[in-house]
Amino acid sequence: MDFTFDSEQNDLREAVRGLLDRAYGDGEQRRRVTASDPGFDEKTWSRLAEMGLLGLPFAEEHGGMGAGPIEVAVVAEEIGRVLAPEPYVEVVVLAGGLVAAVGTDAQKAEVLAGIAEGTTLAAVAHAEPGTRWSPSAAAVAATQDGGSWTLTGVKEPVLNGARADVLVVSAVVEGGTALFLVRGDAAGLTRTGYRTHDGGRAASVRFDGTPAELLGTDPGDRTAQIERVLAEGRIAYAHEAIGSMDTALRTTAEYLKTRKQFGVTLNRFQALTFRAADMYVSLELARSTALWASMVVDAGGDVVAAADRARLQTSRAGRHIGKEAIQLHGGIGVTAEYTVGHHTSRLTAIDHVLGDGDWALSRLAADVDAHETVDPLGAPYTR
Amino acid sequence: MRLQLSPELEAFREEMRTFFTTQVPQEIRDTVAARRHLSKEQYVEAMRTLNAAGLAVPHWPVEWGGRGWTPLQMHIWREEMQLACVPEPLPFNASMIGPVIAAFGSQEQKERFLPRTANIDIWWCQGFSEPDAGSDLASLRTTAVRDGDDWVVNGQKTWTTLGQHADWIFCLVRTDPTAEKKQRGISLLVFPMDTPGVTLRPIQLIDGGHEVNEVFFEDVRVPAENLIGEENRGWDYAKFLLGNERVGIARIGSSKRLLAQAKSYAREVTVGGRPLIEDPRTADRFAELENELLALELTALRVVAHSADGKPHPASSVLKLRGSELQQDITELVVDIAGPLSLSSFADGGSEVPDWARVATPEYLNYRKVSIYGGSNEVQRTIIAGTILGL
Repeated sequence: MDFTFDSEQNDLREAVRGLLDRAYGDGEQRRRVTASDPGFDEKTWSRLAEMGLLGLPFAEEHGGMGAGPIEVAVVAEEIGRVLAPEPYVEVVVLAGGLVAAVGTDAQKAEVLAGIAEGTTLAAVAHAEPGTRWSPSAAAVAATQDGGSWTLTGVKEPVLNGARADVLVVSAVVEGGTALFLVRGDAAGLTRTGYRTHDGGRAASVRFDGTPAELLGTDPGDRTAQIERVLAEGRIAYAHEAIGSMDTALRTTAEYLKTRKQFGVTLNRFQALTFRAADMYVSLELARSTALWASMVVDAGGDVVAAADRARLQTSRAGRHIGKEAIQLHGGIGVTAEYTVGHHTSRLTAIDHVLGDGDWALSRLAADVDAHETVDPLGAPYTR
Repeated sequence: MRLQLSPELEAFREEMRTFFTTQVPQEIRDTVAARRHLSKEQYVEAMRTLNAAGLAVPHWPVEWGGRGWTPLQMHIWREEMQLACVPEPLPFNASMIGPVIAAFGSQEQKERFLPRTANIDIWWCQGFSEPDAGSDLASLRTTAVRDGDDWVVNGQKTWTTLGQHADWIFCLVRTDPTAEKKQRGISLLVFPMDTPGVTLRPIQLIDGGHEVNEVFFEDVRVPAENLIGEENRGWDYAKFLLGNERVGIARIGSSKRLLAQAKSYAREVTVGGRPLIEDPRTADRFAELENELLALELTALRVVAHSADGKPHPASSVLKLRGSELQQDITELVVDIAGPLSLSSFADGGSEVPDWARVATPEYLNYRKVSIYGGSNEVQRTIIAGTILGL
C-alpha cells in the first residue's frame, strides 16, 4: 500500500506541466484556441505526441510507451489543472482504449500508432440521442453483406466527431453490440459539428449505409469490453476533474486573500473561509478515491466497480467545488474572461460524458446488500 | 503507487485480526457490538488483555511498552480493533496523559506512572475544559497557588468523561496569572480524585446516560512533585496531547462496523413485505455513506503513508471533520431504519422491540458530541482555512 508517486512519475508530471503551462499559462490563450475549430491547438497536440503522451498506455509494439494507469492519471490531472482543451482522455483512453481492447494486431498497429504519433485523431461514436450512459448500442445498426459491413443510424453527441480522422463506432449486430472503424472520408457519412459549453467540440454523426470495418475479427457482443473501457475513461476523467478542482480551489483562495469589500479582504469573513475549507475536504476525499481507482486498474481488480466509486465521489466534489468557486468569487466568476467559471463548465461536462453521480450511485446501491463492508485493499479491488 | 499491502503487512493485519477476535473476551465484544455502555470492569479487562500482549500502547516509546510501529501499522491496529468490536485502550491513559508523561515527565514520574497507566492500574480522567473555557481552552481559570511543598488548587472543570471511574486526574491549572499571554501561565498537575477538596458531580445527557461530569476543586493540596514537566509550560503539553487525541478520532473501523450492522437491521425491517434494504431510497443512502466512508478510509491511508517523517499531512485535518460527520450520519440512518421502534429507547422486559432499535436514538443523540469534542468541527475548518489554504 503506497500512495506516493515514484520519481519517474514526478518527472513526467513536471514535464507535462511545463509544456501545458507554456501553452495555457493564462486563460486568454485557452479562450483564443477554443474560439475556432477544432477547439484545441494542433501544435500542442503534436507536442504531446512528441513527448510520447498520446501513446502512453499503448503497447510498445503498437507505437506506445507501455505505461500504466498511474501515468495516464498524472497526464489527465495536468490537463485538468490548466483546462487544456486537447482531447486527451477522449482520444487516448477512450478511442485508443477500445481499439486496444478489441482491435486486430493490424488495426492496433495502424490506429494506435497513428494516435501515438498525433497523425490520427480517433473519436468514439457511442452515445445515442435519447439514451444515457449505456454500454451497448441501440439506434445504430450494422449490416453485413458478403464480407463488408455498413452502418445506419445517428450517434450524438460524438466528442470531436467532426475533426476525427477515424471514428470508433458501436452498433447493433445479431446478438449484441459490436465495434467498427469508420474513416472520416467514408461515403454516406454526415457530420455536423458544434461547440460544447466547455469550449470543446461535438458532432451529430449520421450513418447512411456507411462502409465500416469491423473492429477485431469476431462480430460478437463487445458490451463487456466497452464497459471496461468506459470505466477506465471514468477514472481518467476523475483525475482530470481533480486537476480542475484543485485549480478552482486555489484560485478561489487567492481571490479571497486579495479581493477587498467593506475595507477588508474577503478572507476576514468566516462565512466564506469555512466554505473554502469544505471545498478542500471535498477535493481531498475525491483525490484519494481517484488515486485508489487507478491503483485498482494497476492491480487488476474490479475496474468497473472502482470507476463507479470514483465517479460518484468526483461528481459530488465537482459540483460542490464548481458551484462554490463561482459563488465565493461573486459576479466575476460567471464572466467568460475569468477562468474559474470555465472550470465549473468543464467539471459539468465531465460529469455528463460517461455517467453522473446519481447514475453511479444507483449502480452501487444495487450492490449494497451483497457485501457487508467495503475493503479498499481486498476483494474485489485486488486480485 | 501500489494498492496491495506488502506480505509483511498482510501478515500483520491477520495477526491483529486473529488476536482481537479470539483473545478479547466475547462478552466484552458483544457489549460493544450491541452498542451498550461498557462497565468499568469491562474496560479494565479489555485494556489489560491488550497490555499483556503488548497491544495497549504501541505508539509509546519502546522502553515504556511501545512497539516502534509505522503509522500504517498503527492504522491497521486501530482499524482491526474497531472492526472486531474491541474497546480501544482508555484514551485518557493511552493517548493523552501517557504520551505526555513519556515525552515531558521526569524519570521518576515515568517510572511511577507509565507502567500503571498502560495497565490501567490507574484510571485517568481529563481536567481541561471549564464552563468558560471550551474551544477557547487557554481562557481557563482554575488556579494553583504554591504553598510550601504543595500546590493549592481552586476552581472547576467540566466535561470530564468517565470521571466517575477515575483514580487520578490530569489537570490544566493557571500557575502564573500575570503572564503576558494567557497560554504562558498554565501548568499540568496530576492528583488522585480522592484528594480532600475534590468533588465530582454527574452531568446527565440527552441520551439518559451518565458519561461526563463536573469536577470542583476547593483548596486541593497537590504535592509539588506532581507537576508534569516544567512550570508554566502546560499549554505546550496540552497541544501535544490534543494532537494525539485527534489521531484515530475519525473512527473509520467503528463506522464501517456500524454501517454493516445497519444493513442487517435494514434486512429485519420490512416495508410492503420486502426488506427495507431493497427500498431504493434506503439502498441509495447506504451506497452514498459507504462511498463516503471509503473515501475517508483512503484519505486516512494516504495521510498515514505520508506522515512517516513525523509531520502530519495537511489532509489529516479532514479526518476528524469528516469522520465525525459520518459517524453521525450512520447513527441517524440507524434511527431511520428503526422508524417507530426508535421511540422505545427505555423499553425493558416485556418489550418486543429489538435491542438495536432501543439504543438507536440514545446513540444518535449521544453522537452529537463527536463533532464537538477533540476540537470542534468549526475549529477544524478554521485550521484548514488558515494553515492549508492560507486564509
